[in-house]
Amino acid sequence: MKLQSRHLIGLEGVSADEISLILDTAVSFREIIERPIKKVPTLRGITVLNLFYEPSTRTKISFELAEKRLSADSITFTKAMSSVKKGETLKDTVRNIEAMKINMVVVRHGSSGVPYFLTQCMDSNIINAGDGSHEHPTQALLDMFTIRQKYGKLKGLRVVLIGDVKHSRVVRSNIWGLKTMGCSVAVCGPSTLQPYEVEKFGVDVYTDLDEALDGADVVNIMRIQLERQQSGFLATQREYTNLFGVTAERLKLLNKNYTVMHPGPMNRGVEITPEIADGKSSVILEQVTNGQAVRMAVLYLLSGKREDGE
Amino acid sequence: MKKQIYDLVIKDGRVIDPALGFGHVAHLFIKDGKIAKIENDNISSRKKIDSMPDENVIDAAGKIVMPGLIDMHVHLREPGREDEETIVSGCQAAAAGGFTTVCCMPNTDPAIDNQETVKFVLSRAELADARVYVVGAVSKMLKGEELSEIGDLVKAGAVAISDDGGYVQNPQLMRNALEYASMFNIPIISHAEDDFLCKDGVMNESFQSTRLGMKGRPAVGEVIAVLRDIKLCELVGGRLHIAHVSTAGAVEAIRLAKADCVDVTAEVCPQHFCLTDDMIGEKFDTNLRVNPPIRTKADIDAIIKGLVDGTIDCIASDHAPHAEEEKDVEFDQAPPGMIGLQTTVGLVKTYLIDKGYLSWADAIRKMTQNPARILNLPVGTLKVDSPADITIIDSDKKWTVKKNDFRSKSKNSPFVGWKLSGKVSHTILGGRVVYDGK
Amino acid sequence: MPKDKIETVLDKKGINRAITRISHEILERNNGAESLVIIGILTRGADIAKRIASKIKEIESVDIPVGLMDINLYRDDVHQKLDQPIIQRTEIHFDVVDRNLILVDDVLYTGRTIRAALDQIVDFGRPRSIQLAVIIDRGHRELPIRPDYVGKNIPTSKDDRVMVKLSERDEDDSVLIEKSGLKADEKTPAKMKDGVKKTAAKPQKRKGGKTK
Repeated sequence: MKLQSRHLIGLEGVSADEISLILDTAVSFREIIERPIKKVPTLRGITVLNLFYEPSTRTKISFELAEKRLSADSITFTKAMSSVKKGETLKDTVRNIEAMKINMVVVRHGSSGVPYFLTQCMDSNIINAGDGSHEHPTQALLDMFTIRQKYGKLKGLRVVLIGDVKHSRVVRSNIWGLKTMGCSVAVCGPSTLQPYEVEKFGVDVYTDLDEALDGADVVNIMRIQLERQQSGFLATQREYTNLFGVTAERLKLLNKNYTVMHPGPMNRGVEITPEIADGKSSVILEQVTNGQAVRMAVLYLLSGKREDGE
Repeated sequence: MKKQIYDLVIKDGRVIDPALGFGHVAHLFIKDGKIAKIENDNISSRKKIDSMPDENVIDAAGKIVMPGLIDMHVHLREPGREDEETIVSGCQAAAAGGFTTVCCMPNTDPAIDNQETVKFVLSRAELADARVYVVGAVSKMLKGEELSEIGDLVKAGAVAISDDGGYVQNPQLMRNALEYASMFNIPIISHAEDDFLCKDGVMNESFQSTRLGMKGRPAVGEVIAVLRDIKLCELVGGRLHIAHVSTAGAVEAIRLAKADCVDVTAEVCPQHFCLTDDMIGEKFDTNLRVNPPIRTKADIDAIIKGLVDGTIDCIASDHAPHAEEEKDVEFDQAPPGMIGLQTTVGLVKTYLIDKGYLSWADAIRKMTQNPARILNLPVGTLKVDSPADITIIDSDKKWTVKKNDFRSKSKNSPFVGWKLSGKVSHTILGGRVVYDGK
Repeated sequence: MPKDKIETVLDKKGINRAITRISHEILERNNGAESLVIIGILTRGADIAKRIASKIKEIESVDIPVGLMDINLYRDDVHQKLDQPIIQRTEIHFDVVDRNLILVDDVLYTGRTIRAALDQIVDFGRPRSIQLAVIIDRGHRELPIRPDYVGKNIPTSKDDRVMVKLSERDEDDSVLIEKSGLKADEKTPAKMKDGVKKTAAKPQKRKGGKTK
């Protein structure tokens, strides 16, 4: 078994076997994180560029740690979006950096399609760390890893994704991945934040949180961006919390052995109550730890696949 | 030696001129830059041809000879972005694409919202390889706030007004523009997309935009804009022309308005009958970013129906050159627009004529007689004494769109690599051969 | 090209005898089992490690901690392959510091696997000693590594394939050698393939391997 592509652009089109390979490999890397010396020499000589055109804390740190734990040389380049418009183009920037002989690029960008764009102008392996509202494959992989870790399987589980479905790349990658792995997927959020024809993803669509939670195994709560109010998508934070805030009371509707997830950063008291976030069913911190293992697995599996087939 | 009676003859071509209702093999004689006569093949016409020197005879056997095509919607970028296109280079592209007349939109820098700029454009066009007619601005600097000096623009030569590139958002201003323009009997060309619904949208709103996580421009944004303009036109009169119709809803709105005798006409562009939004996710090709956006199969079907039943009057390219470095960026940061002067004929032949939707006569009408009528242009026909603007098309010739063959200064076409049927073999402007297929 | 021939080098009994002997030797050399830990290299080295541990338990009635180790992340050829080897889970749930660590693999060949394993062990801590036990030593070392306990030394050509079969994952216990048809001298060196130990060189004189 091997990965078909030398890049990880998204989970759309990635087969169940490939996802399983990544998750299985991540299990082995998860153990390394628990060792006294959390480092293996595997990617010695490989240089990884973390290209972050959008602010990010945990994804950036998670990738940086994953790279260091694999002994890759890594550098991180952050650039505010505002300065991009004028001046050097993205293509020039990445080509210049690639001329310094890098091997892999981890990219986050506010525009959908940028990771694909980079595959067309660079020889490096490209890993998508979030592009616009398109995909965020490593987040979805770590979510699936965390679910599988708890239940020992993915197939047959009912996963509900709650929040701003329209603008969430995490939701999209989760939908593709979970569907491929045989989960039953539902999305729930205000109808203004459900994208056009979202049901064509093959998911159940809810605007009533209680209905969505009924019979679910996993509830994955997305961050709600409060600035959505200004764009007219939301009335008030208060109303959002009343309608879509996940509380202990509401979680009674879930299956017994339920799991609460959140990709972070959380707005405590808005989309999730502190009681739930810190509760015994929450795997939110475990997600963060698993994120490293999953990213190590992705870096490792892709690093063997070069342009020249070497 | 006997003096030449004719300067040029095009022999043995199938001459199609919808304006004349003409459609069979004939010889076309040209003198002093004008159509001198069309004659059927007989001993006398054969004799005339035989008496002419070879270099003055174009053999159009097996080809279609038509009035020089009119593209009523192009962006020539001059003044302001001469790096992307100039009037001269744009007209060279027009000639190579079979167009002898183009109408240029006013969103230049400075905008064509005053007499001086109209005159500048017309003076630059004097020696170009196509006739250029100017579309002036509806509002000063295309800002949608105050009317431009429409009377002055018309006096300087403008044949229509438009704020193309954007919609006239303010309905009161649009109402005034329709009323005001009717004094000069010129149409208002409306780029009908509601700003509030389409703001920041980079592609059609559909499952594809949902899948790619891109901000969508909903079809209803066009439909609402078209309906508003139709209702205003119905109310105050004036002539309304809807540019680049892209949605089934807009086609239907225009069909109903025409049935209600509203003075509305419409055009479509090849991208809206050849391309669908699911192509964007394949390669995020920024050349597929255009406003209004490429839509769905259902919209294409409706547009074709509109073309067939006459709801859609014209086919235009919306030729919109953009510099390579501006298109070679993130999808949502690329400016909207694609070039089209050199691909329109091939796309019309391949996607409308070959598929049996339109006859050559229908297609030619939508690129000659109809735009000439709407804009009141003295071209678009082979009537005797008209300017000898002629396009000859090698109807079944297969060809591949190549980037290097574009005469436009910009190469932003999503059709590069496409295999098309129907190639321009000659373009003649006022009796002068401006393109001969080489 | 003549057909490759498969020979049996060790049968079930032979393997069992080798494991029994190695277990005794380990105990003898380390004065019992108190200080011992065993780590087997995945996949079949780990199986053998478990067998040695249970044999030692038979003899001394002591439970020795057994760990499993995947060494692929420490390989020196990891970027020379088009596809990355699948990583299995390393499980070492004990402290290796100051223990006599018995490292177990099925076949000792170039020594590169053992080099990787040694590097990895050091990342877990500093054992008092590391001793190497293998079922087969087939020669052709490329690094200065020698085993402390050997089931059987067998001469091979680099193009031969040595296959250790264990009932844990194969139909039965046996060690087979698939002789390449050509004479060894005519061979050109071939690349070492993952999982199957195979290369080319002269029919060797055995060296290295410490035998009893």
